[in-house]
Amino acid sequence: MADGLQSLTFLALILPFLAAVVAPWLTKALKHNAAWVLALAPAFMFVHFLGYAGAVADGATITGGYAWIPSLGVDFSWYLDGLSLVFALLISGIGTLIVLYSGGYLKGNEYQGRFFSFILMFMGAMQGLVVSDSFLMLFVFWELTSITSFLLIGFDHARDASRRAALQALVVTGLGGLSMLAGLIVIQFATGVGSMSELLALGDLLRQSPFYLLALILILGGAFTKSAQFPFHFWLPNAMEAPTPVSAYLHSATMVKAGVYLLMRLNPALGDTAWWETILPVFGGTTLLVGTLLAIRQTDLKLMLAYTTVASLGLLVMLTGFGSEIAVEAAVLYLIAHSMFKGALFMVAGLIDHESGTRDVTRLGGLRGAMPITFAAAMMAAISMGGLPPFFGFLAKEEIYAALNFAGGWNSVFTLVAIAGNALMFVIGFAVAIKPFFGELRETPKHPHEGPVLLWLGPLTLAVVGLATAVFSGLSHQYLSSPMASAVAGTPVEVYISIVPHVGLPLILSVVTVLLGVAIYVFLDGARATMAGILRAIGWGPDRGFDQFMRGLVRFSAGVTNIVQNGRLEVYMTVTFIMIALALWVPMIGFGELPTWPEFPDLAFYEWTIILIAVIGLGAVAYAADRLTAIVSLGIQGFAVALLFMLFGAPDLSFTQFMVETLSVVILALAMTRLRLHPSDHRPTPEKLLDVTVAGACGAGFAMLLLKVTQIPFDATLSEFFNTYSYVVAHGRNVVNVIIVDFRGLDTLGEIAVVMIAGLAILALIRIRVPRSGLPAEREG
Amino acid sequence: MRTVIFRTTAPYLTSLMVLFSVFVLLRGHNEPGGGFIGGLIAASAFAIYGIACGVAPVRRALYFHPMGLAGFGLFLSALSGFVSILQGVPFLTGIWTAVHLLGLSVDLSTVLFFDIGVYFVVVGSITSIALALEERERD
Repeated sequence: MADGLQSLTFLALILPFLAAVVAPWLTKALKHNAAWVLALAPAFMFVHFLGYAGAVADGATITGGYAWIPSLGVDFSWYLDGLSLVFALLISGIGTLIVLYSGGYLKGNEYQGRFFSFILMFMGAMQGLVVSDSFLMLFVFWELTSITSFLLIGFDHARDASRRAALQALVVTGLGGLSMLAGLIVIQFATGVGSMSELLALGDLLRQSPFYLLALILILGGAFTKSAQFPFHFWLPNAMEAPTPVSAYLHSATMVKAGVYLLMRLNPALGDTAWWETILPVFGGTTLLVGTLLAIRQTDLKLMLAYTTVASLGLLVMLTGFGSEIAVEAAVLYLIAHSMFKGALFMVAGLIDHESGTRDVTRLGGLRGAMPITFAAAMMAAISMGGLPPFFGFLAKEEIYAALNFAGGWNSVFTLVAIAGNALMFVIGFAVAIKPFFGELRETPKHPHEGPVLLWLGPLTLAVVGLATAVFSGLSHQYLSSPMASAVAGTPVEVYISIVPHVGLPLILSVVTVLLGVAIYVFLDGARATMAGILRAIGWGPDRGFDQFMRGLVRFSAGVTNIVQNGRLEVYMTVTFIMIALALWVPMIGFGELPTWPEFPDLAFYEWTIILIAVIGLGAVAYAADRLTAIVSLGIQGFAVALLFMLFGAPDLSFTQFMVETLSVVILALAMTRLRLHPSDHRPTPEKLLDVTVAGACGAGFAMLLLKVTQIPFDATLSEFFNTYSYVVAHGRNVVNVIIVDFRGLDTLGEIAVVMIAGLAILALIRIRVPRSGLPAEREG
Repeated sequence: MRTVIFRTTAPYLTSLMVLFSVFVLLRGHNEPGGGFIGGLIAASAFAIYGIACGVAPVRRALYFHPMGLAGFGLFLSALSGFVSILQGVPFLTGIWTAVHLLGLSVDLSTVLFFDIGVYFVVVGSITSIALALEERERD
């Protein structure tokens, strides 16, 4: 039974990738209705992980896995506790709705199949990330989310802005991922464990390690870039260039929360130190304020939501950083609430865009009659985002204020930050849910009407779930919040908060927040203009900084390339051969291993003749007037060497050498005639001298090496082995051939693959047609 | 290069060399030879034919694109390795069997097919490079 469940979990983890493979064909066959089929994959995952909810709520952790790279001790292993499980449920649950939504949103898009493929791959990567136990697996999935989100953000690849945003996200989060990898390696080095489950069981060991601060900073590098913390927040709003289903999924519910996930996951191991409790709240609080203030300035629905996502992530990081149990509870509640309302609101924004043709809030109005279901979903999600009862967002906000109230030290500052941030989020939430729907009907590019079921199903479901989880808060705490908070805090925690308001400081702060929010909402247009003015006055931001950084990088690489890759073949060849000569001579001289002068061999007449031919060939190469003669002369020398092989008992080798020499002369001659080089050699004398020196050094070096090799005692183990076994095992008397096709067959398989790929590459190079104006050498035709 | 004598003898020379290359290929397991050398011989044969009579006749005579031959060779070599998996031994282990044909006992083995694959890869790759180089774009 356990085995069956284990393979089922494995199946759930790879299912999105399998679905991604079939998605293009399925979409070709079923058009947008393929969404109904493809949504079964995340739905299966959701149901499968839901099956663990009972056990996890009872405090169990589910582990399992398979050996991945046994020789390195790396496993493909998963670890499911409250934290992983809630994330897994959010990813697969919202993922199901998003797949359906994409079916409607991209209906008729030529590349819809590709889109499904990307988003399912992304889903698989994200799912793998949150359940990974081993560090390496975590890193692989982490970077896989960066790569797949690159594909998704750049989906509309014909547009410049999309490509830039995709690249930016990849650079920022990819670099962060490398930082995280370094951090994980440091952790593994400092503690000796390579998996999350072992790390969490270690207690204080990591905190007391001298590498703690280094590990912390590196890990934060990963978490802060992925979760768009200030000053890395700029990529997330730019990522809104992606189609809306992507924004709704990656940039609200899942990927950007990967950083928060990482922090929460490591809280029991890294948290509870002065560093942790300073860095996280400061950066988180700053991000919260920056995000909300920037959000006010926007008029695009998606951008407004994107900046509040940045803010929410800041809030989550801030709360995680406090580390107290109640702060953890608040973070958990807010994370769950945010995934639902932000996912819903993004989908609403997409719906409005899809049906009316614009996302600009100043151009929208009066849609509530035309799009009643959308309006209902938007309103419910906004109430949750604004933190009003009876929605889950309310519970979260009450808990945040309760947490700040009881946290020590800086609490008053962070309470003010939280009030300001929440009030601004309240404003944005309602701006998205009210402005487009009330007032008089405005003229829009398309005639607005309610979207198809595929489009409104997602937002409506999420909005309703946001209500249901709050109304049945007992159940949702039992199965979601409490296990998750326990996992984050590292000790069993019970969450109690319900929608019944309890009189106290949190409620008063809530009322203040709402009043402040209403006030700002009334003066929203003025606030927006003020913010825009301030930002114009500053004129510089990390986003521009990124461009400057990238431009600098390109210029720097161009400079380096000009030095290292100057495009002159002679230079490359000279450098290569100088390196060969050094590699031959330096060790021999350095270790005093020069060969002793050999006894002069007694050679027969014909042997002298062959040597003479070789020498004549070489001399002819040196004195050849044109290149063709030089090539042929080199061939003569090669044939002489082949004859020597033949005489001294290596018929196979000499045979091959003959053929190789023949063919290289033929091919070189053909290539030379094609290259249209100067027929004669016109190097200046110093260059000639250099070439002679290098060639002489290489040749003499090889001669020395061969002499040395023949002077050390011969180890006959291998020869004896092959002599003994070649006929017995491989039924062949030709040892050379037996080695090639039998004993080392896999090597040969690799080699012939290389031969073929090299052939293909050469063929491609030959076929390149350089435009006439491009290369002066091609002028003659 | 296209002298009458060369052009006349080239086809005979080529066919002899190809025949010889097959011979070298097949004897390789016990005597000097094998797929690699055989392939090189066949490639030189085609190169000679190409130099003597031009590229088009070679391409016609080969019928398949040389790169296709190389691909087939790689496929054959890899495929011959899978036979051993069906027998429950590691990939690429040589499997031998004897076939009685016209009163003769012929030993067949997966390594033979592996070697034939090597032969095709070498013939295909080298020939395609040589032919591509010989082919002049005509204006």
